[in-house]
Amino acid sequence: MIGRLSAILTGDRNADRVVPPTGYTANLTAFTAAAMAFLSVFALALSLATDRLATRWSQELAQTATVRISAPEGQLSRQAGAVMKILETTPGIRSARMMTNAEQLKLLEPWFGPDLPLDTLPIPRLIEVVESGCGPDMAGLRLRLEAEAPGAVLDDHSRWRKPLISAASRLRSLGIFSILLILGSTAAMITLAAQSALAANAQVITVVRLIGARDAYIVRAFVRRFTLRALSGALFGTVLAMLAIYFLPSAADEGAFLTGLGFQGWHWALPVVVPAIAAVLAFWATRIAAVRVLRRMA
Amino acid sequence: MLELKKAAFDYAGKDILTDMSVTLAPGTFHFLTGPSGSGKTTFLKLCYQDLIPSSGTLHIFGKDVRAMDRDDVASVRQRIGVVHQDCQFLNHLTMAENILLPLQVTGHEVASKLRDMQELMVWTGLADQMDLLPPVLSGGERQRAALARAVIMSPDLIIADEPTGNLDWDMAQRVLTLLIELNKMGKTILIATHDMNLIRMAKNQIAARVLRIRQRHLELAGAEL
Repeated sequence: MIGRLSAILTGDRNADRVVPPTGYTANLTAFTAAAMAFLSVFALALSLATDRLATRWSQELAQTATVRISAPEGQLSRQAGAVMKILETTPGIRSARMMTNAEQLKLLEPWFGPDLPLDTLPIPRLIEVVESGCGPDMAGLRLRLEAEAPGAVLDDHSRWRKPLISAASRLRSLGIFSILLILGSTAAMITLAAQSALAANAQVITVVRLIGARDAYIVRAFVRRFTLRALSGALFGTVLAMLAIYFLPSAADEGAFLTGLGFQGWHWALPVVVPAIAAVLAFWATRIAAVRVLRRMA
Repeated sequence: MLELKKAAFDYAGKDILTDMSVTLAPGTFHFLTGPSGSGKTTFLKLCYQDLIPSSGTLHIFGKDVRAMDRDDVASVRQRIGVVHQDCQFLNHLTMAENILLPLQVTGHEVASKLRDMQELMVWTGLADQMDLLPPVLSGGERQRAALARAVIMSPDLIIADEPTGNLDWDMAQRVLTLLIELNKMGKTILIATHDMNLIRMAKNQIAARVLRIRQRHLELAGAEL
């Protein structure tokens, strides 16, 4: 396969001269390949970003839990102390830390603004729990908390972690499915363009057949033309998409998902395969179309 | 080289040519004549496999045309040089490129034949037209270029459909001389023509056989020509 593609790129440059150069179908192929490559790179970036997001959420939240204590003002400190004692003596918990007022204020800041009078509001106290090993027996811990600190609620994050990871995984699958759809559409478009070019050049095919050209030569001429057009179009589209992603505006942590849409590290090398795949698709789509048309014309 | 036995061709149920039997031996020279619409071009198309006989047999270079696949047909056509009545050029290529096209499409070395091509262009009076596109050439120039393209591969069999139809007498004589020279080199020639003067001139120089299509039958013309 690589040998054939290489032969097309480096082989008889006059071969596709047989096909008249002024065909809108060849330009259509280049445009289609460019547009599809652009979309493919974005779908790839989206897919990789959601993959990273799912992994990050999974890792960050898997080993942590939160205890929320809601109690009347007079009981809040006592219940918080009781909860801390329980957590310190529970196996499977590496550390438990009561969040400071400043930390809680920071958590609420996106919703209520920076000047929230936390002291005057009945805000629950939060305790951040970091698990160790397989983690604590959550059911047993809940029962102990219920008995000794009735206002404490244990949240192991699984309630909202699972749907988030599921959503991210679904988004990644959709990204991969989109890439497959784009590739399929590219193949279909190139097939149509090749068939149109072959039909438009029926007279050319007749002439070269009359002077002794084998069908393999005619197929090569069309395949070379369309493969090179698809390759150049896809290269253009890929570079354009990579530049667009590279220059995505940066944002603070609040926009982590959007800014994470770009490629990271070696992932920047992945879009390089898009033009190669476009060239392979064009090669086979044109070849299959040309063989069929020539067989019909025989 | 080419052998037809009781061959016939019909189109949409209508007989065009019937009961044709003829052999073109290697190195022979043949004229094909007959009134307009008699089927001369159809006969030539059978000879270069643009058409297949409806019945009977046709062997070209020893191969039965019915048993050939596309590659076999291409191989046979590489040994036949054809001057089509409508010339059949690729209009986006220059005349030089068109003349060299048989070499290019069959994978032959083009560079080694450039000199032959230039000599042919000079000989056919087309040296100044090498870089022009076919549509700007006159009918006669196109016909001469078609002849140059037909012989560039030095084929075993040369088939020409009215090759002098658009040429003045001087140029027609030059074309005939070229074909006679090729025949002397061992090439088999088959020319469809209305031009009796051309046939008489050839018969004065070589042993040319004249075939005639009359009422859909192929026959050997007598001495009246």
